[in-house]
Amino acid sequence: MTATGIGASVKRVEDFRFLTGRGRYTDDIERPNQTYAWILRSPHAHALITSIDTKKAAAAPGVVAVFTGADLEAAGVGGLPCGWQVHSKDGAPMAEPPHPPLAQGKVRHVGDQVAVVVAETREQARDAAELIDVGYEALPPVLDMESALAGKSLVHDGAARNLCYDWHIGDKDAADAAFAKAAHVTAIDIVNNRLIPNAMEPRAAIGDYDTATGEYTLYTTSQNPHVIRLLMGAFVLHIPEHKLRVVAPDVGGGFGSKIYHYAEEAIVTWAAGKLRRPVKWTAERSESFVSDCHGRDHVTRAELAMDKDGRFLGLKVSTKANMGAYLSTFAPCVPTYLYATLLAGVYTTPQIYCQVQAIFTNTVPVDAYRGAGRPEATYLLERLVDRAARETGLDQVDIRRRNFIPNDAFPYQTPVALQYDSGDYGATLDQAMGAALVDGFAKRKAEAGKRGKRRGLGYSTYIEACGIAPSAVVGSLGARAGLFESAEVRVHPTGSVTVFTGSHSHGQGHETTFAQLVSGALGIPMENVDIVHGDTGKIAYGMGTYGSRSLAVGGEAIMRALGRITDKAKKIAAHILEASESDIELKDGQFRVAGTDRALGFAEVALAAYVPHKFPHETLEPGLDETAFYDPANFTFPGGCHICEVEIDPETGEVEVVAFTAVDDVGRVINPMIVEGQVHGGVVQGIGQALLESCIYDEDGQLLTGSCMDYTMPRAANVPNFSVGTHTTLCRHNSLGVKGCGEVGAIGSPPAVINAIVDALWDVGVRDISMPATSQKVWQAIQSARAPMAAE
Amino acid sequence: MTYTVSMSVNGKAVKGEVEGRTLLVQFIRENLRLTGTHVGCDTSQCGACVVHVNGTSVKSCTLLAVQAEGADITTIEGLAKGDELHPMQAAFRENHGLQCGYCTPGMVMSAIDLVKENPNPTEREVREWLEGNLCRCTGYHNIVKSIEAGAKAMRGG
Repeated sequence: MTATGIGASVKRVEDFRFLTGRGRYTDDIERPNQTYAWILRSPHAHALITSIDTKKAAAAPGVVAVFTGADLEAAGVGGLPCGWQVHSKDGAPMAEPPHPPLAQGKVRHVGDQVAVVVAETREQARDAAELIDVGYEALPPVLDMESALAGKSLVHDGAARNLCYDWHIGDKDAADAAFAKAAHVTAIDIVNNRLIPNAMEPRAAIGDYDTATGEYTLYTTSQNPHVIRLLMGAFVLHIPEHKLRVVAPDVGGGFGSKIYHYAEEAIVTWAAGKLRRPVKWTAERSESFVSDCHGRDHVTRAELAMDKDGRFLGLKVSTKANMGAYLSTFAPCVPTYLYATLLAGVYTTPQIYCQVQAIFTNTVPVDAYRGAGRPEATYLLERLVDRAARETGLDQVDIRRRNFIPNDAFPYQTPVALQYDSGDYGATLDQAMGAALVDGFAKRKAEAGKRGKRRGLGYSTYIEACGIAPSAVVGSLGARAGLFESAEVRVHPTGSVTVFTGSHSHGQGHETTFAQLVSGALGIPMENVDIVHGDTGKIAYGMGTYGSRSLAVGGEAIMRALGRITDKAKKIAAHILEASESDIELKDGQFRVAGTDRALGFAEVALAAYVPHKFPHETLEPGLDETAFYDPANFTFPGGCHICEVEIDPETGEVEVVAFTAVDDVGRVINPMIVEGQVHGGVVQGIGQALLESCIYDEDGQLLTGSCMDYTMPRAANVPNFSVGTHTTLCRHNSLGVKGCGEVGAIGSPPAVINAIVDALWDVGVRDISMPATSQKVWQAIQSARAPMAAE
Repeated sequence: MTYTVSMSVNGKAVKGEVEGRTLLVQFIRENLRLTGTHVGCDTSQCGACVVHVNGTSVKSCTLLAVQAEGADITTIEGLAKGDELHPMQAAFRENHGLQCGYCTPGMVMSAIDLVKENPNPTEREVREWLEGNLCRCTGYHNIVKSIEAGAKAMRGG
């Protein structure tokens, strides 16, 4: 390991600009002669638009233009496309209703876009929007998924019973047969609470149009600018790629919410072309709450069949998944291929059957949020396993060990489509138990008891699938895109290097981790390497960053391009050193004829590539610039064990997370400091889901948790310091052996927290607690459990 | 109606025309083009816009620009001396106290004010102090570590 190569906790390259206020986020960008857009949004959850009068607004001070859905329709602007098609059990394609960027005749959720005002200043646009007179005829809102299926009120006329699809996976008959043999069946009802991602940077978009070249530029808060270019260019605005540049500069967090193609991106780009002036839109936080895609929102019944020894025989799951009012870009795949395919978890359950009904409601669209489907699967499974242990009298750890996929079973084919390549679940659990000081728990519990507090310990042993790709697999499952990644490594004449990656960094530190890969592979200092991302004008192509894919797919693409660079550089060195190419070795930045002192430095070879005075041009091209597109053979499968210790004050219901241990297998670790940071952040989002965060709509479909004052995100005092470690098994199908670390924290942690609470309160009589386990809810659960005892 | 405001920002006298409703953060970002100070919410909850007003940390979305008339303002851009980071900035870099960087300016400005009030804060005190600053990336673990290290450096090691 070198000071900056693989395995070194190199300090981040990007930090200097962020720490000195020199980051360049979308809202920091100003274009000459810029105008400002304000979106008028629906105050109703479900209503017909009977009229829109924009005259007063159009005449207001500073207003440049007002547009409604009718204007976009007349201009031929298309609807926002969905990138994944799921088919129902009966083979029918999912209901895929239109999603106009500005409402056409009907609004379907509070926050739905109705009109846009473009003005000289943001304040003028906002003031004028208040002068738009919209006539609404309110319709009964569809909110609860169960009543949605009754179909009395329809979100979309084309989706009977408000059903998007009714999908299933696994062999139902085989699962039923397994249940018929069971010695014990444990059943639970689980709600995975709806979350609002709330990346700290609100979404923003600036459309620009160059009248000289006819080229559009969109600056946007995106995790995947090439995907936005493709979707918006091809389906919405009909602008060919060579006339549309999408730039995602510094982006202040995403967690999935900035994957999707949003209406505002299309609106400002279209308006910029129409008005021949740049148009800028920046969300206020309260707009983010009603327009950024939400996450999770599953209601599930699950049953686990076991033999008399507590070995799992079968799992049956039935889930209702909320899609919200429209299908967001990747929404359909979240409760299907990113959820049900993970229901084997780390266990050898031989028969699994899962059915999923995806349902439209008059709420903000739901799509992938950190973990996307895998936290839902993990939460369900790990709660169920814990409950099964309590019902059968087995220990929490013992029941897991008894059912772990053994180390010699890899590659392991699950009954729900996936094939895991590697893992060591027993050792991961051991390491976590050691780090969590499980041996001393009984003593700590007794000590807490003396203070009137209840302590609990909760486990979660999870797996996830990430490195989202390969194209062949996702294509067969309904993805309308390929999921590969591209990288170009450009060696400059004096030996510095620019890497153009299709991955996008919005907090992950790619500029550092990727530079470490280059530094390690070429033996050059990190400061000679620049990582460029987030601009379709510079980078050949890219699928972007989500699903913990950047290193496993994007990093591997860089490794492949680096391999081509070194191959070519060796050819050049061999030519100059008059040696055989096979005799050239690259070590510490030197191309050396093996076993001799004849060598060329990396910079010398780079210079020769661009000053090819004596090249045999028929066999050796000038230049040193290589591109690779990498499409992996399989998903990667990070996993791990999270152990949470809580202390509960039974008098107030307050839950304190006193310790949290995470041991994750993320494959080879390039930068341990960054990996730990990713785990910390993910764990706190998971603790947020478990204890604090919940999206609440009232019976009219108004979002009650629509601001940072109402929606409880974790603050520093809500969480402890963490014990974070890794237990590595290498991914077997990429050269780096990496698996991904971005989502493990958010996936593994929620069931560990809730299992800990149930553990603490089991003796009181509490059997279940739903997320978020707020003080009020915990206190009530304790009171209800005590009440029958008091009555006895 | 517009008003003329003048104040000192990062040691420089500045002047500008604002509306009565213009917030200090808007004046800083839009009039002065100092975009290191961020807006993360609209309810004064997130703390991404924290600056120092007359030496004290203030959410710059809670003041009108006209209220800052004559004030001495420091923003994140005013901390480093050239390329030499303020000890608190350096501690955030050293301890991986930032990821996407959006909450970072507010965190750093807030942390410096904490250390001024309490040069040797405990972990609990740091966490309590950050009550007004939201971060969605780091899980706070490394921010707390950074502030403890930054406090130590500001005390002179």
